[in-house]
Amino acid sequence: MLHLILFLFFGAICVAGAVNLLVQSHPINSALSLIAVMASLAAEYLLLGAEFVAAVQVIVYAGAIMVLFLITIMLLNAGKEERSKGSRVATLVGVPGVTIGAVLVAWTLIGRRSTTHSVTIGALWGAPNNIARLLFHDFLLPFEVTSVLILIAIMGAVVLVSRPEAVARGPRKDG
Amino acid sequence: MVPLSYYLVLSGILFGCGVLGFLIKRNIITIFMSIELMLNGVNLSFVAFAAQWHALSGQVFVFFVMVVAAAETAVGLAIIIAVYRTRETLNVDRVNLLKL
Repeated sequence: MLHLILFLFFGAICVAGAVNLLVQSHPINSALSLIAVMASLAAEYLLLGAEFVAAVQVIVYAGAIMVLFLITIMLLNAGKEERSKGSRVATLVGVPGVTIGAVLVAWTLIGRRSTTHSVTIGALWGAPNNIARLLFHDFLLPFEVTSVLILIAIMGAVVLVSRPEAVARGPRKDG
Repeated sequence: MVPLSYYLVLSGILFGCGVLGFLIKRNIITIFMSIELMLNGVNLSFVAFAAQWHALSGQVFVFFVMVVAAAETAVGLAIIIAVYRTRETLNVDRVNLLKL
């Protein structure tokens, strides 16, 4: 029972944050509500017994990625977004379409209710050592490939934001 | 005990909000945040299924999704900064030419 109450509480925060992201017109407010969504999703992961994923969710998503977003918003001094004709059409078509889709999916899923294996609160079976054993044994090759991916992403980001004249001029000679 | 379907419905709602934000938002940064919201919705269903079948590989997949999302964010925000430097706008309706 407590499990269900906690699920509903954090789920309500999730949905409220996601809806707030859509409603707000200033990107900073959207980013802050997205942080609320990610933090409460970490609580949901803990309820499912996924300890490691919850920690990584807070550190990587709510920490690193959202800080990157906030820095970009402040750097570019992004103001209120302006409404245009395309967005009005998208609202008129998109809101009913997505609502109908969500209701259909929810109706289908609630109809065939299968309970999850009971994860009692405090029983964290997704502990870091179990994950690490899987990650460095079965998924060793994908894990190593992601390091190459990260390297390429870093180089790509550096190349994209460097100004073309700076690249053409080469490294600066004077100190 | 919480049924699996509740978790799936929550993840579906989050994914739907992401799709909606992708469609109706005009600020390129907010569109990017909607994509992150979609990824989070998918992650939740991964973890829920991992709990259902006691298979830890679902959580490893979430880890990989997060890694790819981090790389995607780094490159995407770099692209946004580059776009802003050349166009001086963040509105996607104004970014409609490949070449200036």
